[in-house]
Amino acid sequence: MVDYLWMIPAVPLGASLVILSLSNARRKSATALAVIGQVLALAMSVLAFAATLQVPGFRAVRNFTWFTFGEQTLRLGSVLDPLAAAMLVMITLVGLWIFVFSVGYMAEDKNFTRFFAYLSFFSGAMLGLVIANSLLLLFIFWELVGLASYLLIGFWIERPGAAAAAKKAFITTRIGDMGFFLGMLWLYGRSGTLLFYDGGNGCLENGGLAMLGTSPAVAGFIALLIFCGAAGKSGQFPLHVWLPDAMEGPTPVSALIHAATMVAAGVFLVARVYPLFLLGAINGVTSSLTVVVWIGVTTALMAALIAIAQEDIKRILAYSTISQLGLMMVSLGVGGVAAGIMHLLTHGFFKALLFLGAGSVIHGCHGEQDIRKMGGLRGLMPVTFVTYAIGMMALSGVPLFFSGGWTKEEILHATAHWPRSHAPYYLMLAGVVLTALYMTRQIIYVFFGNPRAAAERAHESPRVMTMPLIVLALCAIFLSVVLTPAWPWLHAYLTGEPVRFEITRLLQPMLFISLAVVGAGIGVGIWIYRKAGVPDRDRPAEIDPLEYAQPGLFRFLANKMWIDEFYEGTVVAFSWIGARFSDWMDRYFWDGLVRGFGAIGQLFGTFTASVDERGINAGVDETTAGTRGLGRVISAAHSGQIQTYLGAIAIGMLALLLLYAWLA
Amino acid sequence: MTPSLQVFLIVSAAVFSIGLLAALSRRHAIFILIGIEMMLAAANLNFIAFWRFNPQPKQPIGVMIALFAIAIAAAEAAVGLALVIAVYRHYRTTNVDQLDQLKG
Repeated sequence: MVDYLWMIPAVPLGASLVILSLSNARRKSATALAVIGQVLALAMSVLAFAATLQVPGFRAVRNFTWFTFGEQTLRLGSVLDPLAAAMLVMITLVGLWIFVFSVGYMAEDKNFTRFFAYLSFFSGAMLGLVIANSLLLLFIFWELVGLASYLLIGFWIERPGAAAAAKKAFITTRIGDMGFFLGMLWLYGRSGTLLFYDGGNGCLENGGLAMLGTSPAVAGFIALLIFCGAAGKSGQFPLHVWLPDAMEGPTPVSALIHAATMVAAGVFLVARVYPLFLLGAINGVTSSLTVVVWIGVTTALMAALIAIAQEDIKRILAYSTISQLGLMMVSLGVGGVAAGIMHLLTHGFFKALLFLGAGSVIHGCHGEQDIRKMGGLRGLMPVTFVTYAIGMMALSGVPLFFSGGWTKEEILHATAHWPRSHAPYYLMLAGVVLTALYMTRQIIYVFFGNPRAAAERAHESPRVMTMPLIVLALCAIFLSVVLTPAWPWLHAYLTGEPVRFEITRLLQPMLFISLAVVGAGIGVGIWIYRKAGVPDRDRPAEIDPLEYAQPGLFRFLANKMWIDEFYEGTVVAFSWIGARFSDWMDRYFWDGLVRGFGAIGQLFGTFTASVDERGINAGVDETTAGTRGLGRVISAAHSGQIQTYLGAIAIGMLALLLLYAWLA
Repeated sequence: MTPSLQVFLIVSAAVFSIGLLAALSRRHAIFILIGIEMMLAAANLNFIAFWRFNPQPKQPIGVMIALFAIAIAAAEAAVGLALVIAVYRHYRTTNVDQLDQLKG
């Protein structure tokens, strides 16, 4: 199976190239190609997944030499293990339904075929990233994912906001990628290989780690540099600013970025190179992992707080993604790798569901995204409402019936047992309350109450858009089967342990804690927002209840804690000052030098001119007349057409070649 | 299995010819630049191919030359594009047929 693994990313990438070569009018062929490519990738991913089930802890690699440079050999490869296989299935499955949804959502767009080419490209790049067995190959696909996100966020390029958001996403993630690249070079310099697994000699195996092991501090720095890249892609503080702006792209793109591709890449990368983070660990704690934990905690809480005060339906979801990614990073940092990846997988399903649901709402409300102008969509869009509510409960972590609840619990469980500090656990509990609160707020604003301005002419979306919602909602529920503590099949699959069924483990004290916490969040949400969107006492309808109670705090959160403004005032301002300084140096200092030399030359010129004028001009004049006559004849060949010259050069070269051939 | 030297030379000659054709026949300055880049790429391919097929390929001379050529090509492209932009700002066109101010 591993020998054919390369075909999984190759099929969508190939489909993308073919679609790009189609004309704009071939909408049906473009759709068919993209969806068939995704279906094929899904089928092959399921086969790969089945192959990993043979033995616990299955791992197969296939390496090949890319090129030899002097004595150095650069090798790339693909790897199939539970981590990769689970990601493959999630990406292709979620991706497929997002593709189907896009058929309906983008139906009226004039660049329909280009959109599907980019979508396929995005999915293919992400699949390649997942199966890479070399940090370099992973980096290549990593950058392709970045490129695809740039193209898709800026898909509506005629909108200045979309173009700016695409640039922001590209440049912000590039800052992180710089760290990633440095870490990769350092790792190569130390261990001499970038292959993850290579029969014991890869950089994640004992052979490679032994070369790093002499100095755990170096391994920690390398791990943190690589984490910079992960933080950029996965929207961790302080590089999260691009993610909310990425909402400028079409909604299916947001779903793809926030669920299956792009942001998942960062978490996946940390899980993939986890042995580097763990090198020299005492009791499962290293300084690099501690950094990961605190970055994750900061991100999760900050984003959850900001989400409470946003008005744009997609922006709320964007901040919830940042928050959930922070949660996953915390889980990885405290040692719950399987829990983090499980949450990544379930999050992929329910976040795609929520985004597509939001897309359906926006579609139904004729492009309106402000939740204050919606309301009462419960009756008008029943399918969207039910599926969205399922997604909301999975995201809030309602226990028992929703996949997100089980994985969130698993993460809390791992966090509670972190030896270094208990603070992350309590902060994460606060994060869960906030998550339930902002999702309740969103649901009340969008689906309950009376229809407001944008919701009056709302309609349910066509079948091609509701179908993916239903399928993803079912996934969000039925995925729980393999997640419960009674039968933790997925956990065992990822860690390679045996699994057994034990119904008594279903009820743990943690379950009641999270039940209480989520209940508190939803209850407080219902109590605060019960009269959202309608006037209450002296509060006008369009003012948020929280804004009415705490205007200062609300403004702080609604303006995203002024982080963008802070960057504008520091990073952007500094580089602008640098640019101005360089401009000034160029304009006055270097230019002044040049002008000085020019003046000297001019002086000299005046001197020689006077000599020349008094010298013998007559003879020169005579010669000039002759030359001028000759010049007039020759200048006919001087047509001013650059291509004539080029042609003459080509003919001359050909003549020289012929002469050479004749002489030899 | 590596193809023989001739295959590389034929591909390179083909790329060169396509580039030359583009440089000679396109009217848009950018396409002429692209043609020139293609000719450079063909030359690079030749360097690599001859280096790869020489009896002592240990010393990476061919690769070094190709790397230099790529760096110079990048510089050339930067200057070329800057020129095209400057020309466009000045004459409001990039059609090289209309740029004949240097006519003798």
